[in-house]
Amino acid sequence: MGIRERLSGNEAAAIAMKQINPDVVAAFPITPSTEIPQYFSSFVSNGQVDTEFVAVESEHSAMSACIGAEAAGARAMTATSANGLSLMWEMIYIASSLRLPIVMSLVNRAVSGPLNIHNDHSDAMGVRDAGWIMLFSENNQEAYDNLLMAHRIAENKDVLLPLMVCQDGFITSHSIENIELLEDDKVKAFVGKYKPEHYLLNDKEPIAVGPLDVQSYLFEHKAQQAEAMKNAKKVILEVSKEFEELTGRKYEFFEKYKMEDSELVIVCMNSTAGTAKAAIDELRAQGIKAGLLKIRMFRPFPAEEVAESLKNAKAIAVLDKADSLNGAGGALFEDVVSGMYVSNIHVPTVNYVYGIGGRDTTVNEIKQVYTDLAKIAETGNIGDPYRYLGLRRK
Amino acid sequence: MAYNHKEVVANKPSRFTSGHRMCAGCGAPAVARMILRALKPEDHAVIAGATGCMEVSTFIYPYTSWTDSFIHTAFECAGATLSGVEAAYKSMKRQGKLPEDKDTKFIAFGGDGGTYDIGLQSLSGAMERGHDMVYVCYDNGAYMNTGIQRSSATPKFADTTTTPAGTVVPGKMQSRKDLAKIMVGHHLPYVGQTIALANYKDLYEKAEKAIYTEGPCFLNVLAPCPRGWGYNTEDLMQINKLAVDTCYWPLYEVIDGVYKITYKPAKKLPIEEFLRPQKRFRHMFKPGNEWMIEEFQNEVDSRWQELLDLEEMTNKAEN
Repeated sequence: MGIRERLSGNEAAAIAMKQINPDVVAAFPITPSTEIPQYFSSFVSNGQVDTEFVAVESEHSAMSACIGAEAAGARAMTATSANGLSLMWEMIYIASSLRLPIVMSLVNRAVSGPLNIHNDHSDAMGVRDAGWIMLFSENNQEAYDNLLMAHRIAENKDVLLPLMVCQDGFITSHSIENIELLEDDKVKAFVGKYKPEHYLLNDKEPIAVGPLDVQSYLFEHKAQQAEAMKNAKKVILEVSKEFEELTGRKYEFFEKYKMEDSELVIVCMNSTAGTAKAAIDELRAQGIKAGLLKIRMFRPFPAEEVAESLKNAKAIAVLDKADSLNGAGGALFEDVVSGMYVSNIHVPTVNYVYGIGGRDTTVNEIKQVYTDLAKIAETGNIGDPYRYLGLRRK
Repeated sequence: MAYNHKEVVANKPSRFTSGHRMCAGCGAPAVARMILRALKPEDHAVIAGATGCMEVSTFIYPYTSWTDSFIHTAFECAGATLSGVEAAYKSMKRQGKLPEDKDTKFIAFGGDGGTYDIGLQSLSGAMERGHDMVYVCYDNGAYMNTGIQRSSATPKFADTTTTPAGTVVPGKMQSRKDLAKIMVGHHLPYVGQTIALANYKDLYEKAEKAIYTEGPCFLNVLAPCPRGWGYNTEDLMQINKLAVDTCYWPLYEVIDGVYKITYKPAKKLPIEEFLRPQKRFRHMFKPGNEWMIEEFQNEVDSRWQELLDLEEMTNKAEN
């Protein structure tokens, strides 16, 4: 059952791509995702994939070429980070509006400026309203697994949306950890063949893609995208269930760690969840009822389900690895609290912006957050809800 | 086989239908229609369009003028978008996912804004990577779609909305970029500069060569704009004729680096003939501005001479 390996997050992503064997990969190197197209190029050079690799001259062209390829009837994939995603930004919206199930491996890094190559989530947060499904991954295993599930979700007829799989730059992308891989034939069978209904290269049915879409239509077309995003929730659960049957690895909208009786809860995404789990284990040994809700599916956002899972908490901290610079709080915080408000759930909740530009976040700092939460739960006094974790004050 | 206009039009139905919303007297639709006529009737084509006049006037949801498959994504990336389509074709054909007996050709259309300026990088990348496609620039010499703003294809002294001929600055103060030469610098198998003249021979033949030469090919086609240039709509073909007879827009092709001028006017007309019918150059004819016409003429002359020299030089090297 499975192949035991030791791989970095980037290697895991590249191997997932090799096993998926897409028709086209178009990518441009950018730290820390560079290794993905680099490893993949060697698969191309050694005849291990059928893919046409397009070594484009920019990320804007990478996404443009992926759009062209996917519209042509091919499975197209790419990988990028930070400024690369920023340069793609225009095309990111176009990809989703054309309902093209392109799959991207996003290795999260701080968006300039100033220039910084290390991890935070400001790149992903910049495209959170772009109409892409966004799955976050705690480690190499999850990055790999999410990629294997990606096409099944994105290409579903009720969805037809592009999808990005996020993992933390360097922390995950460059750390070598144990991983269990699926056999090639099992991946092939699970992912299946891509059979688009309409595509440019079908000479029997020429189509036109990407019109000028004026006042009489754009609103309805956007509403269809929103509907597809809602549909994705059901499909993500179905595909994850099937994946679990195949691998034994369970995925849902989010992971709940020690949440059964937890009073103090942290909500976060990606690798920090691992740090939080270590902190929780230590605190639980001291009798502190600490828990974690780790978001896997950030888009569509499972607002109602998150709220429901948080309703018995006494205090909540939402950790944002990107500052929204809006004077009010980070993006994940706002999504979580508005979800709770709409569900009429009122638990004192605070926001910590942390880990910006790759600033290390330690187990002790996470424990400090739980200490803060205990105080809030005890006094009912939130204080400033928009806080920093790990920021030097002098 | 010698070009026969009547036969081409009779035997090759238009693949670019009427009903589009391009302006009367615009040079671009005739160019697109004729280039597509150069396709073999049995071949399928995927056309990519950069955002611009042509795209927004020919593909307004839910209507399209393109009978072949068509894709538009954004302004600056027709080259990259079509790269992806062509890569998909190569990959899928190799894997047996497409019918073996059917050929598909790839043609991009971009205006000078989407080609000389914002799309230059994407075009350069697509050409350098060697995708089997033709990129056609329909050059109307300014950003006409947004309302006649200058581009790097706008000729010197032209009055545009971002280089208005004023009391201090007399229009655009920079010379035109030579895009065909930049494309020649990519060492492409085929580069052609052409225009729609009375019987479309030059345009058709260059389009046919570009489409059926394997590898990345480029066509630069002058496509006058009655709104931006300020000529009477019925004078389109006359303007085209004057552009080549004054040597403002030389017709030539470069095959594997060897230049061939495909039209040498028996009598090269003075540049005033081309400038006078266009309102964008009106200020050049005011007393005291003779220097502008003189400078314009000098530039045309030196570029024409350079082309003659290149033709001689590259053919000599060839022999």
